[in-house]
Order: sequence, then structure tokens, then C-alpha cells
Amino acid sequence: MTASTTNNPVLEIKNLQKNFGKLQVLKGITETIYEGEKIAVIGPSGGGKSTFLRCLNCMEDPNGGSIMFEGEDIADMHVDINQHREHIGMVFQSFNLFNNKTVLQNIMLAPVHLGCAKLKKQKRKNAMIRISAPFRSILKAIDKKHAQKYDRQPVELTTTPQQIKAEAEKTAMRLLQRIGLEEKANVYPSTLSGGQKQRIAIIRALAMNPKVMLFDEPTSALDPEMVGEVLDLIRQLGEEGMTMIIVTHEMGFAREIADRIFFISDGIISEQGTPEEFFEHPKNPRTVEFLSKVL
Amino acid sequence: MEFFTSLPKKWAVFYNTFANKNGYKEFLSGLKNTVIIAVLGLFIGIIIGTIIAAVKVIPPYKRLIRFAQRIGDVYVAFFRGTPIVVQLLLGYYVLFPAFGINLPILNVCVIIFGLNSGAYISEIMRGGINSVDPGQMEAGRALGLSFFSTMMLIVIPQAIKNILPTLGNEFITLIKETSVVGYVGATDVCVAFRYIGTNNYEFIVPYLVMALIYIVIVLFITMGIRIMERRMGRSDRVHN
Repeated sequence: MTASTTNNPVLEIKNLQKNFGKLQVLKGITETIYEGEKIAVIGPSGGGKSTFLRCLNCMEDPNGGSIMFEGEDIADMHVDINQHREHIGMVFQSFNLFNNKTVLQNIMLAPVHLGCAKLKKQKRKNAMIRISAPFRSILKAIDKKHAQKYDRQPVELTTTPQQIKAEAEKTAMRLLQRIGLEEKANVYPSTLSGGQKQRIAIIRALAMNPKVMLFDEPTSALDPEMVGEVLDLIRQLGEEGMTMIIVTHEMGFAREIADRIFFISDGIISEQGTPEEFFEHPKNPRTVEFLSKVL
Repeated sequence: MEFFTSLPKKWAVFYNTFANKNGYKEFLSGLKNTVIIAVLGLFIGIIIGTIIAAVKVIPPYKRLIRFAQRIGDVYVAFFRGTPIVVQLLLGYYVLFPAFGINLPILNVCVIIFGLNSGAYISEIMRGGINSVDPGQMEAGRALGLSFFSTMMLIVIPQAIKNILPTLGNEFITLIKETSVVGYVGATDVCVAFRYIGTNNYEFIVPYLVMALIYIVIVLFITMGIRIMERRMGRSDRVHN
């Protein structure tokens, strides 16, 4: 564990299972991921790496087990997953920038839309509280025992949609400056290179201030010469203490950045450990076979 | 040969009726109705079609969703399965009177044409939504946006861009199909020219002009669609 790792668990995964039809892809994974930890997930294709990652923010709904995040089990279908996904950034293999939005709009969309939606909800609540005030005062007079139950004050709104927008734009421009693409703010994604797209996809996720970032093979769809710039950005994030789970085929990168390495094959974590242990002294025969092929 | 040599004379007769005997007023009110029915019909159709298509692509986990999808299927089956004339007659003489609704004929036409094109547009739109990369939806959901928000902000705008040529086709079909509203007594371009012809029992020139008018309208629409396509294609343009 590096210095930035703490003992606060971010994700507590218990007996995670996932089936596609009759095929069981994840056969019960139990693992705890701590704040600031960087996990590299490697393994043979078809072993369930990507499915594991996609289950962590319920892109694929798990069929069994639980995932505790922010004190709630997000594997439970009754939990409002959208609320939790705001705090789980995800970066895809194929970038998935919104084609109909400019780069700046791509980054601002979620913060502005969700911020304004929350504001509207609070406004509606306040209106309801004001409208129901006479009724509540009557109830209060009748039901003296639980009088304080009927005391509800409208919450004062601290921001306006304009402020949210301005704030989001400031954040977006700051993030764009950070990756040196501020002059691309108003172009459409179709005009960008793969490396630029992926770096923008990463800062789009960062704009939501996520507690954990999931990377699903972030460099697999890139030209070799663009892999470096994306890995550099991910490395920087790691140094800043971001909790990250990275599915990758870049063994060198995994070894360099990860605190722990998960080797997922046949639906289970068949081996895990620090990079040194894992690459120097693999114990599981399946791991040995895999490493002998890729290294 | 006589057919062609008599044309100038017939043109003169037509022109006289058109210009001096209020024929042009008839034509203008007919043209107005045609455009109103087609434009409002398309507008209603796009709204209904988008809703049905959006409901159809929701993963059917909940019973309510499955029920709504079945209703959409029945709707599409009915409006695609019967001719527009039958729908107009049913609407004007059966459905609206049955509920005691007394609407002007133009409104009935707008509603029926809207419902009819809604069925076709729902299928066009569904194809459009399916043509958008599923990764777009995933990216929206991963950022915490709801299915509905992602659909509205990301997927449907891209779907509309993809289906714009087909949607234009639908609009052209709609304009031409309005020529049957005469069946229930509404005045459109077709009825106007028939009226002008009846004036002197001379139909050749009025019908030729009518055909020309429809072609001109359709050419205008085609031009409009091109301009819109170019505007919506901004996100595809490569510039630095």
C-alpha cells in the first residue's frame, strides 16, 4: 500500500455474481477496495474482468451478492442507482463522448443537468412546504404530542441555475487546461484524435468529483503512439490519491501504478497481490501460464 | 392533335376562373389547409412517434412498461393496417360523434393525420434510436443521468439526425396524402382545383396545374430538409 491509501473502504463487494442467460460469468467475488487504492485488473479475455468492472456501477445488474458504496447496497434493485453513479466515474474503451455535443458541453452536461434537477426538486419541496403550512398548523394544534413533527421550514436555495452553469464551465475549463486541450473546448468530438477523446472522457468523469474511477481498458482502442498520453493522465490521477480500478492489458503500466493486482479468470479472483509478488512469484498455475504468454 | 391545339384556349378559360372569379381564393384556402394538416400532422406524429419509440426501447423489466409497449404495438398495427381514408371516415363519422365531440373538419383531419403519421414515425424513430451507438446511452447512465434524460439529451437528438432524410420522406408522403381529405368535406389543394374545373367543366388545365403545385411544394420541402441536414451535420464536420 502506498502512502495515499487509507483504511476507509470505498467499495465492499460481497459474493458478487453475474449470469448472462445460463452462462455464469462472475462466480462470487468478495473484495474490499479502500480509499486511495489503485487496483489493476488483469486476466484472460472472457474471464469476467470487464463484467466485474461494469457490475461495480451496475452497468450490468448483478444477479447476486452485494456492493456497499456510500453506506448503501447498490446491487439492490430498489436503490436509486443514478444518485450513486454520480460518484463513480467510468471511462470506456471506446471513449463514448457524446457526438452531438461539443467538448465543453460534454464535460458540463452532467454537472449542470443534475445540479439543476436537484435545484428544481428542492424548489418543488419548498413550494409544497409553503402550501401545506396552514394544514400543518391545524394538525399541530390538534396533535400536540408530536407538535415538532409538523415544523418544517423551506430550505433556502443557495445557488441559481446560472451559478451552477458558470461553476461547471469554470471546472470544465480548468480540467481542459490541465490536459492542455482548452482550445478544443468548442469543437465536436469527431474532430479529435483517439488519445484526445479518451483524455476528455476521463476529465468528463472527473468533473463529477467521483469517489472512485473505473477504467474499462482505457487504452485498448488507441493507436500505440497515443497510449502514453492517456496513461500519463491516469498516472497523475493516481498520484493525486484518486481511488481507481483499471482493467488493462498494459502489464508494464499495471505493475508500475497498481497497489494491488487482481487476476480474474473463470469468474473468480484466482490470484491477487502487490505487483512485486504477483509478477515475480505467481502462485496460481493459471497465473503462471497467463504471465508466461504475455510477458 | 386537337388536344394540344385547344390547350391555349383552355388555359385562358382556366386563367379567367382562377384570377377573376375568385378561383385563386379557393386555391389559397386549399393550400393553407393542406399545409396546416401536413405540418401539424407531422408535428403531432413526431411527438407520438418519439414517445412510442422511446417506450419500445426501454428494457422491459417492469410490467407497466411491457403493458405500455403492447399498447404501442396495437396502435401501430391499427394505423398502419388501415388506409388513411378509412381512418378519416371512422374518425369523422364514428369516433368523434360517438364521444359527442364536435370538432371542425380541419381539426379532425389534423388529429387523424397526426395519429396516422405517429404510427409510421414511431417505427422510423425506433430504427433511428437503435442506430445510435449503445455506448452513448452507457456513457450518459455512467455519469448519473437517468434513462429518460440520456434519451432526451443524447440519444434522440442523434437519432433524429440519422433519420432526417426518412422523416422528410414521411413529410412528403403526408403532404400528398392530404389530397384525400375531400372525402370528409375538407377543402385542400385537390378540392380547390376540382372546384375551379367544375366552374366550366374543363378539367385538363386545372389538374395539370394541380400536379405542378404539388411538385413545387415537394421541391420546397426537399430543399428545406437539405438545409436542416446541413445544419445538423455540424457535429460531423471536420475543422480545427
